Amino acid sequence: MTPETRHPKTMLVIIAEAVIEKSLIQDALELGTHGWTVSEVHGGSLQGVRDGDWEADRTIELKLICDTTVADTIADHVLETYAPHYSVAMYLSDVRVLRPERF
Amino acid sequence: MIDVVVLFFILGVFARLVGSDLRLPEALYETLSIYLLLAIGLKGGLELSRQPLLELAPQALAALALGFTIPLLLYPILRLLRLETADAAALGAHYGSVSVVTFAVAITALGKAGIPYESHAALWVALMEAPGIVAGILLARRAERSISTTDNKSPRTGWWSLSHEVLFGKSVLLLIGGLVIGAIAGDKGIAPIQSVFIDPFKGVLALFLLELGLVAGARLAEVRRFGLTVIVIGLGAPPVLACLGAFTGVMLGLSTGGVAIFATLAASASYIAAPTAMRIAVPQANAALSITAALAVTFPFNLLFGIPLYIALAKAVT
Repeated sequence: MTPETRHPKTMLVIIAEAVIEKSLIQDALELGTHGWTVSEVHGGSLQGVRDGDWEADRTIELKLICDTTVADTIADHVLETYAPHYSVAMYLSDVRVLRPERF
Repeated sequence: MIDVVVLFFILGVFARLVGSDLRLPEALYETLSIYLLLAIGLKGGLELSRQPLLELAPQALAALALGFTIPLLLYPILRLLRLETADAAALGAHYGSVSVVTFAVAITALGKAGIPYESHAALWVALMEAPGIVAGILLARRAERSISTTDNKSPRTGWWSLSHEVLFGKSVLLLIGGLVIGAIAGDKGIAPIQSVFIDPFKGVLALFLLELGLVAGARLAEVRRFGLTVIVIGLGAPPVLACLGAFTGVMLGLSTGGVAIFATLAASASYIAAPTAMRIAVPQANAALSITAALAVTFPFNLLFGIPLYIALAKAVT
């Protein structure tokens, strides 16, 4: 395949408490993302360890690939709405996709 | 003599304390919890099929009211212990709601002691799961309003999504589902699945308690972090609430076993439904505080000392 078939997009990764998974996805869809991928993870930060050994204590990683403006809007929204009370970690990265209409 | 299932719990705690790599696969844990909820429901449902439903109405109402009242009673006491409003409300919700596993251990203990109890007791468990959580949320919301926060945007915590979370969550759905299936199927209908859902119950409970021991053991370090508060709450609340539960049971004219179960349910604290619901509804509360009190202090206390105590109490008052 030729490089012209690669299209630049932004990937927003949100690592957060599993209890807010549903509302995060709903918000992300409303703010313009088209798809999402969730996996269960465990890890730690300066604030402590979330090793997910308990049902009410799980952590998810939510991956969203979308246009840069949409990714930024979602990231700002999550920071403002969820980060004050929930454990949330986020990062953005540039990615290239094959079929841009899917994102 | 300690019941054999409790010994499995102790083994789990021990394994965690000595830093063993023992860990139950998550899929197994999920399977076991689904099994226990369904089995408890089915067992209760069988009895339900033999009873006129209307006669159960006073008990059902009392179970709902008891669950709702507990957070309201605990809240002012917890505030006196200098807890924040959100923490006091969240803790109240944990104690207002119930622990299904504590119930399971209680009925096992009653069975072993040969004390009969109302077999539809699973219905009380299902009914007592939600009201405490609702009361806790109401307390937190009221306190929040009185501070009149110019809070930043809040996440989706509407009553609709919350009630969906609680009423159609795994535990209430499977308990009620099991009750209904048991009631419809009756003894004859259950007979073919008896060897899966009724007979191995105690063995499965033992395995589940091993896992709970591991989790509670991991939480013990947190007890040190919160210090005396969490110990006072975790050990102080259950006996007092058990008396309230036993009183309710006596008023309802329940059997000795029934009174013991009401006492146990009142004394138990939720560590599955309540933490999740409160995390969504009252995010400013310290989740670790509530779950440490419920799972690392109250649950082991009830298992080892509480249940025998509540049975003795029931014997004394009936």
